[in-house]
Amino acid sequence: MAAPEKLLTPGEPPSLAQAQSQVDPPLINLKPVNWFFDLNRAMSLWPVTFGLACCAIEMMSASMARFDIARFGAEVFRPSVRQADLMMVTGTVTRKMATPLVRLYEQMPAPKYVMACGNCAISGGPFKFDGQYAVVEGVDQLIPVDVYVPGCPPRPEAILEGVFKIQELITGRRWWPLPREMAS
Amino acid sequence: MDLSLAIFVQIIAAVLLIIALMVGNAVVMVYMERKVAGFIQRRPGPYEVGPWGTIQAICDSMKLLAKQLYRPGNVDLILYYLAPVLAFFPVLLLFLPIPFGPWLTALHINEGIVLILAFAGLGVLSNLLAGWASNNKFSLLGAARAVAQTVAYEIPMILALLAVVFLSGSMDLKRITEQQGQWPWEWNILLQPLAFFIYLVSLVGETNRAPFDLPEAESELTAGFHTEYSGMGFALFFLSEYANMLLVSFVAAVFFLGGYKGPIADGFWWLFIKAYAVMFFMVWIRWTFPRVRFDQLLNLNWKWLLPLGLLNLWATAIIMKIFL
Repeated sequence: MAAPEKLLTPGEPPSLAQAQSQVDPPLINLKPVNWFFDLNRAMSLWPVTFGLACCAIEMMSASMARFDIARFGAEVFRPSVRQADLMMVTGTVTRKMATPLVRLYEQMPAPKYVMACGNCAISGGPFKFDGQYAVVEGVDQLIPVDVYVPGCPPRPEAILEGVFKIQELITGRRWWPLPREMAS
Repeated sequence: MDLSLAIFVQIIAAVLLIIALMVGNAVVMVYMERKVAGFIQRRPGPYEVGPWGTIQAICDSMKLLAKQLYRPGNVDLILYYLAPVLAFFPVLLLFLPIPFGPWLTALHINEGIVLILAFAGLGVLSNLLAGWASNNKFSLLGAARAVAQTVAYEIPMILALLAVVFLSGSMDLKRITEQQGQWPWEWNILLQPLAFFIYLVSLVGETNRAPFDLPEAESELTAGFHTEYSGMGFALFFLSEYANMLLVSFVAAVFFLGGYKGPIADGFWWLFIKAYAVMFFMVWIRWTFPRVRFDQLLNLNWKWLLPLGLLNLWATAIIMKIFL
C-alpha cells in the first residue's frame, strides 16, 4: 500500500525534484575520435519542440525567415525527446511544469545540452517576489544548464548566439565571426 | 534461372552498389529536403556547415551514430531491435529488378513489378513492429495508422500500375521501358495521365510523407512509430524512408516517364533525373500542404482514387480490346 500523499498547507510550495540522469563515461576515449564526434554534435544540434511561454515565440522566430537557425544546422525541431540534443527552456517554469520538464530532460539520450532562454528560466524574472508559490526561480534548480540567454524575451539573435555558445562549449572554439559591434 | 556463380557474384555486387546508392541518396535527400524547405519558407536553409551547408547531412548522420542508444523499460527486446533492421533490408531487395540502363539490371526477371509490390508490404511490417515493441501509446497509434494507410493506398497504386501493364502487355520493367520512346511525347504519361495522377497521389500515401504523414503526425502522436527510437534506430528509419521514396520514384519513372530512355543518349542518368524530379515533387508538396485528417485521408483513397483507378483500368482494357 502506497504512503498517503502529503497534503500541502497553504503557503508551503511542493518540493522540487532534481533531474536524475547519469551519463556513462565513453568506452573508448580517443582524442581525435572525440574531437570528430564533438564537431558533428556541435554542427547538428536538434532542439526539442518545447516552448513554455513568450520566449518560445522568439524561438520560433529564430527558426523562421529573417533569422533562420537552419543555417547552422539546428532547425530540426524533434517532437520526440529521444531524438533531440538540445533543450531550450523558453519561458516561465511553473511548479506544475517542473515535473514534466524534469521527466523530458531525463528522457533525452546522452549528449544533451540545455539552454535557459529568458529571465524567467534563468532566475524567475518578473515572477520573483516574496511569497510567490507558483514559479520555479531558475530552471537550474531542476536540471543542469549549459548556457544562459538573458532577455525578456531574448531576441532571436540572442538565441542564435546561445546556440553558438553551446557549439563553443562542445568543441572548444567559436565557429562563426563576431558581429561588428562585439568584435570592436 | 539456374543460380550459377556468375549470377551470384552479380547479385552480391548489385546489393553492395544498392547499399551505397541508398546511403548516398539519404545524404542527398536530407540536404535537398532541408534546402527546399528553406527556399519555400524564404530562408536559406543549411548554409554555414560546409560550403552552402553541403556537409550538413553527414554531420547529422555522424551525430546520430554517436548518440546514446536508449532502450526504454518494458520493451519487447527482440522486436525493438529488429524493427529498424527490418525497415532497412527489404528495400535492398526492391531495387534489384529496376532497369538502370539498357544493360544495367541487377536481376532481370519477367515479373519485376510483382516482386516490388510484394516486398513493399514488408516495410509497413517494420513500422508495426516498431510501434508494438516500443510499449508506448503514441507508437502503437502511429503504427496502427501506418498499417491502415499503407494497406489502403497500395490498392489504387496497384490499379494505376496495372493499367500500364495492360498497355504494354508485360510485367517486365525492362520491356515496359523499351516500349516507350526517347522523347517525352512517346512516354506512357500521355497515354495514361489519370493512372499517373493516381500513382502520384498514392505514392505519397504509401511512403507516409506529408500531407499524408499521419503515422508520425507531430501534433497528435509525438513522433509516431519511432517515438522511442534514438540514435541509429531512428537513423535507419530515416534511411529506409528515403530509400522507399527513391524506389517509388524509380517505379514512376519506369512506368510513366520512359525509364532510362531520354533525348540524345539513353542511360542511367535519365532514370536518375526523372526519379529525382518526382522526389523533388514529393518534397515540394510536403512543405506546401498541411496535413490531412485521418478520415479525409481514407475517404480520398476509398471514395476517389479506388473508383477512378478501377474506371481507368476498365477503360484501358476496353480500348485495348477494341482498337489494338
